[in-house]
Amino acid sequence: MSEPRALRLTDLFARHLGGEGQQADIVPQSRLSGPIPWVIAIMVALMVIAAAGGLALRNTGRAAASELSGGITVQIVEARPEERDRQARSALAAMAGMPGVTGAQLVPQTELDALVEPWLGSAGGSAGVTEGGAVPVPALIDAQVAGRLSADRLAQLQAALRQTAPGARVDAQSTWLAPVFGAIASLQWLSLALIVFLALATGAAVLLAARTALGNNRATIEIVHLLGGTDAQIARIFQRSIARDAIGGALAGSGAALVVILLLGRSFAALQAGIITGGVLSVSDWAMLVLVPAAAVVLATVTARWTVIGALKGML
Amino acid sequence: MSELDGAARAQAPATEIVQFDNVGLRYGTDREVLSDVSFTLFPGSFYFLTGASGAGKTSLLKLLYLAQRPSRGAIRMFGSDAITTPREMLPMLRRRLGVVFQDFRLVPHLSAYDNVALPLRVAGVSERELAGPVTDMLEWVGLADRMAARPATLSGGEQQRVAIARAVIGRPDLLVADEPTGNVDPDMAIKLLRLFEALNRLGTTVVVATHDVHLLRKVPDSLIMRLDKGRLADPTGALRYPPRPSVPGGAR
Repeated sequence: MSEPRALRLTDLFARHLGGEGQQADIVPQSRLSGPIPWVIAIMVALMVIAAAGGLALRNTGRAAASELSGGITVQIVEARPEERDRQARSALAAMAGMPGVTGAQLVPQTELDALVEPWLGSAGGSAGVTEGGAVPVPALIDAQVAGRLSADRLAQLQAALRQTAPGARVDAQSTWLAPVFGAIASLQWLSLALIVFLALATGAAVLLAARTALGNNRATIEIVHLLGGTDAQIARIFQRSIARDAIGGALAGSGAALVVILLLGRSFAALQAGIITGGVLSVSDWAMLVLVPAAAVVLATVTARWTVIGALKGML
Repeated sequence: MSELDGAARAQAPATEIVQFDNVGLRYGTDREVLSDVSFTLFPGSFYFLTGASGAGKTSLLKLLYLAQRPSRGAIRMFGSDAITTPREMLPMLRRRLGVVFQDFRLVPHLSAYDNVALPLRVAGVSERELAGPVTDMLEWVGLADRMAARPATLSGGEQQRVAIARAVIGRPDLLVADEPTGNVDPDMAIKLLRLFEALNRLGTTVVVATHDVHLLRKVPDSLIMRLDKGRLADPTGALRYPPRPSVPGGAR
């Protein structure tokens, strides 16, 4: 009886002992797949949408802040129209000579009428009458000031203007929108918190899936272990499988999120509201959104590796 | 060869391949299933491990193929202390072993070919290099036409032959077989025994646990280790550890 060729290949085997060669699908893939790609798809879709929302809000806030930065409104609160006009002109003249004031324009009466029209009707402003006569609407001066607008500086401006226009009242435009900025900031934090919680949930789902897969394949893992398989080799089998699932899920989730983001973008663009159009996503924002599914795949793979390595440490 | 493997092999002395010194094993708080077991296995020797059911054969084999640590005593394998060797070094020791499990332990969803190729893949042998030896080995155990078959579709005897092919494909330094001929016909049993002998001639130390006393006579140069209630009977002293200086290589 001749010896099989395998017995004569001592050198070949010795040369390769200790190598970390390729792994066949030692663990059946169907057992690992299950719901994980779908869970990851849903998580990634939600994370991408939350991230897109957060970025759009940040852009909205920045655009509004930039537009309103340095802007002040001077109201001339005076019931008598002639006196109101006189004080408005005096205030404009005074502001032209004030240091730091880079521009000042009287808001035309027609614009003021349009502003109050929803509340007072088409004839409610300058010419409008109630039973007691015309409703007094303050004159408005839209002005720009260089530098930071602190409360002290506003107070100084108001004091200087009141010397010639006693009815002047100065407000920074940004203070009107302070509650809006606060709400935007809160929503940004909310989207960040959502992303963190969704990432944690994804990690937990992968951890459970990896543990289940380990339990289902314990006998096979023990065989590979006893044949000299290292923890890293066995972990790689699970890692690869989870990574495959995660990539599939991330692609599907990203696709779904993209559709949602584009539809929402179109809806908001149709509003043609100035503050909302500032929330358009830039190229760098899209690049950040692409990082979300990539990070989800890395998170799933690393979680699977840690889980499997931790479980294998319990074996001799 | 990896650094770990190199380190493991570097420690291997030229003489004893396995040394058990007063080894005891108990599971949990039960009584010891192995007590004061001391013996030496020499390279290129052929051993039969016999004993009644429950004598501790499988437990002893588990210690030999590093699936279990003893409760007490010392074990050296390939020159390394198997008890204190860091866990991450154990795979390198295991790759020098071939194991035929009593229940075969084939990977159920892999074909006969992939099951036999598994130890080589674990050791990093490329697909191109392992294809010839695996095919050759399956032909030799009479399963050339069953290479693509999964274990569930193989008979008990065929599964056993796949398990044996998997154990010897890597030409291990130590082959441990638990009742390897229990499910095959007498002709195949003899053929498999000849395979073990062929491997033994190439330098592999072989330990075969068996109930079959007829099998013992088929390998005249073999040494017999008999377990009785967890204790090793060694009437000739051929297995004793430390070995007698006058019996280098074991009494044959």
